[in-house]
Amino acid sequence: MILRTLTRGAFALVLALPLAAPAHKLWMLPSATNVAGPDPWVTVDAAASDGLFYPDHVPARLDWLTVTAPDGQTAKPENALTGKYRSTFDLHLTQPGTYKLALVNQGVFAGYEWNGEKKRWRGDAAALAGAIPAGAQHVEVSEMLNRVETFVTNGKPSDGAFKPSGKGLELVPVTRPTDLVAGEAASFRLLLDGKPAAGLKVIAIAGATRYRNAPEQQEATTGADGQFSLTWAHPGMYWISASTQDGKTSVKQARQRRLSYAATLEVLPE
Amino acid sequence: MRRLLFSTPALLLATPALAADLDVTVQIPQLDVAEYHRPYTAVWIEREDHGVAAQLALWYAQKESKEGAGTKWLPELRQWWRRGGRDLQLPVDGVSGATRPAGEQHLKFVQGKAPLGALAPGKYTLVVEAAREAGGREVVRVPFEWPTTAHRELAAQGSTELGAVKLDLAP
Repeated sequence: MILRTLTRGAFALVLALPLAAPAHKLWMLPSATNVAGPDPWVTVDAAASDGLFYPDHVPARLDWLTVTAPDGQTAKPENALTGKYRSTFDLHLTQPGTYKLALVNQGVFAGYEWNGEKKRWRGDAAALAGAIPAGAQHVEVSEMLNRVETFVTNGKPSDGAFKPSGKGLELVPVTRPTDLVAGEAASFRLLLDGKPAAGLKVIAIAGATRYRNAPEQQEATTGADGQFSLTWAHPGMYWISASTQDGKTSVKQARQRRLSYAATLEVLPE
Repeated sequence: MRRLLFSTPALLLATPALAADLDVTVQIPQLDVAEYHRPYTAVWIEREDHGVAAQLALWYAQKESKEGAGTKWLPELRQWWRRGGRDLQLPVDGVSGATRPAGEQHLKFVQGKAPLGALAPGKYTLVVEAAREAGGREVVRVPFEWPTTAHRELAAQGSTELGAVKLDLAP
């Protein structure tokens, strides 16, 4: 029932992640994470939903998409399309190495009351001033920076796409994220504004949730160096996520900054 | 066989110069399936740390197609791919070649010669991985110590995509 109520504000809700994070997960799902041959392509689905990885709620916004090629430059996705429940795009992997695919949602979220009605607004910081009517009450402004990623490697993995931007929560591999094997521990580091994000809870959920009853959620906590480790119980696609908030805002009206990171990782059988 | 061969005068003369050798037999099972494709197969020697000590054989579709000479599907040999297959520049002389038919495939390697090279003394595992289009995947492992002081016959048995994998070591 909660789901049904939430659905009404569908698009708005996804925009409001991580507020909506407990119910809806934003994800990308690549058709493969290891490719080879002279002309490799992958196709990727992107959506927000509760179950993983079933596009049954709202599509992801592809204007948030940035693909970083192994040489650190931006690569262009092709055949992008946004449908009812999912967005999809293809990626032509013209360089050897690891590509980083990221949906980055950065902006300002405001809640306020106007004429006795609760209102919500989100958008760019620059548009904030004109967006909230004069006389609005209980104005609460938050800044947000949410990142959702996945990785695809053509041939041998590389590190060129992982140079942190220094903004928000970011993942730096210790174990290569396209080299994950069931039963083997994998480690990564989370950075917050480029520095180790210590003491953050990271959750991992295996895909194919429709075909089991247990949520099968694993948890790990980042150490002082931002590092965390997960051991994958079985092969499959996993969704990992972490979120935090602080007061380091860059928009003066905002009191709070909300940050989240999520990634889809493929785990292969030994 | 070996004893017989060694008894011939020519070989006796050559014996001091003969390097240790390592013979591998890979059985590709005959499968009664509607759609059969010969398996992609990799044979390699792994060190204790799982690093590749030697790439011995790689069989994959050689036929040119729009997608390339079958290299598109090499990551299906998952373990081989991750453990070092992706580091190779294909084709590799004396290692890569066409897929093989069902039956026993015999491979001979000599210490000091490519592709085995000079295998340092130590503990190793012979690994054979097979993956078949419209079929399954299997990895068979045969641990061994190198060099050997006596002739040794080691073996492991696959259950689906591979049959018996035999490893004969000669000092």
